[in-house]
Amino acid sequence: MSEEPRDDGYDDFMDALEDGDPYYVECANGHASLPPRRLCPECASDDLSEASLPETGELLTYNVTHVPTPAFEDDVPFVLGIAEFGDVRLTGQVRADSEDVDVGESVSISTDVSETNGERYIAFDLA
Amino acid sequence: MTKFGEMPDRTGRDLFAEAGETAIEDAGIDREEIDALYLGNFMGELSERQGHMGPLMAKMLGLDVPATRVESACASGGMAVRQGLHAIRAGSADVVLVGGVERMHNMGTTGATGGLSVAADDLWEIKQGITFPGAYALMAQRYFATHGGDREDLAHVAVKNHANAANNPLAQYQSEISVEKVLDAFPVADPLGLFDASPITDGAAAALLVSEEYADEHDLSAPVSIAGTGQGTDDLALQHRDSLTWTPATADAAEEAYADAGISAEDVDFLEVHDCFTIAEVLALEGLGLYERGEAITAAREGETTADGDLPVNLSGGLKAKGHPVGATGLAQISEMTKLFRGDHVNSDAVEDAEVGLTHNAGGTVASAVVHVLEVEQ
Repeated sequence: MSEEPRDDGYDDFMDALEDGDPYYVECANGHASLPPRRLCPECASDDLSEASLPETGELLTYNVTHVPTPAFEDDVPFVLGIAEFGDVRLTGQVRADSEDVDVGESVSISTDVSETNGERYIAFDLA
Repeated sequence: MTKFGEMPDRTGRDLFAEAGETAIEDAGIDREEIDALYLGNFMGELSERQGHMGPLMAKMLGLDVPATRVESACASGGMAVRQGLHAIRAGSADVVLVGGVERMHNMGTTGATGGLSVAADDLWEIKQGITFPGAYALMAQRYFATHGGDREDLAHVAVKNHANAANNPLAQYQSEISVEKVLDAFPVADPLGLFDASPITDGAAAALLVSEEYADEHDLSAPVSIAGTGQGTDDLALQHRDSLTWTPATADAAEEAYADAGISAEDVDFLEVHDCFTIAEVLALEGLGLYERGEAITAAREGETTADGDLPVNLSGGLKAKGHPVGATGLAQISEMTKLFRGDHVNSDAVEDAEVGLTHNAGGTVASAVVHVLEVEQ
């Protein structure tokens, strides 16, 4: 990791994901969200705890990005998707040929790094 | 409003000064009468290292009045209108200048893509590689999977809006396009191609709002009234929404605006909606309650929303063909609709008998939305 300041909560999640033990935030009323949180975005409960993220998710949608932001200039084209892991949805890059990707596919989750600047991002693989 | 287009060397301040001066002259009101300025701008800091635009823009117009910048991504302009309206309704102002401006071409395509992306969630979207074309592509793909429809249906939205802009002298693209051209275009973020996307645009727009009392006392000709306003909010990140194909911020804004104006969706004669991408027009028409969920995808193809259809949508050319200088768009919608009502717009003939128009301006992937109901007495 570089000397850049961390984004607490987010980088803790990414560390846990790298270690193979990803989690999400669950409130006393069962609402799921992602860190950093002090209050549940759904009901404002402050009774929050960490719960394990399911190992596989369902790909809800995807695109094939050809025009990137500067941070991914050398990474295009790439497949970007939103996948649902239990009650939590995450956006990440699908490491697969776009021809093989379909809405409804099962995916696993891990991290990868940008070829442009080495920053890590969430990666999905077809399960 | 200024001509919309590619003007990379023009500063934001110069663009806004032109639009503001045009609005003041059009209204025929002495600038000494103006009580306040609300200005919509999204990314001046990123495009020209310029924040704090309220006082800067006031002085560009020789105004010495309270001046405030309003930011809500691509809905900044519409939100500025709403702030101006609130000031008048609260009785703290009689005459308010509302405006919007955006300089984008000087950033280049990748730079502008990166700049626009900051309207998304930095941690959970931008760091993963999302772009705005990419986000709307995710919505389009999900729409196809849930409700059906395809790229060709969306292409008809682009064809319609280009046709509407063909004779609009202020539009960025004054050319008609074919369905084939849309389908064959470079894929910016598949399933959306270059002609599914609104362009990168430089431009500014402005309007003078006056209270009813002020118009009466000064015998002003102010034929168009803003009868209703509404605003909605949703999760910033697309992934956090319950549905990827339904925009509650639009629905909430519309519900509030309809109630404020004392109308229902059926009363709307024509609209200017936030078609930053072809799929966005579809989602807007459903969110506004003009179509059932899953049914607006064929509206353009069936000719229901074309200039000669029952419900003309984006007669100005929309963001798609008129152009989308993001902070100015909400004001451009008000400016163009006013001309459409008054009869001095190239497409006014399409809405000769219209009494109720609606503007819909959205921020990001519709995490914010603002709706205004405009009315004239026929």
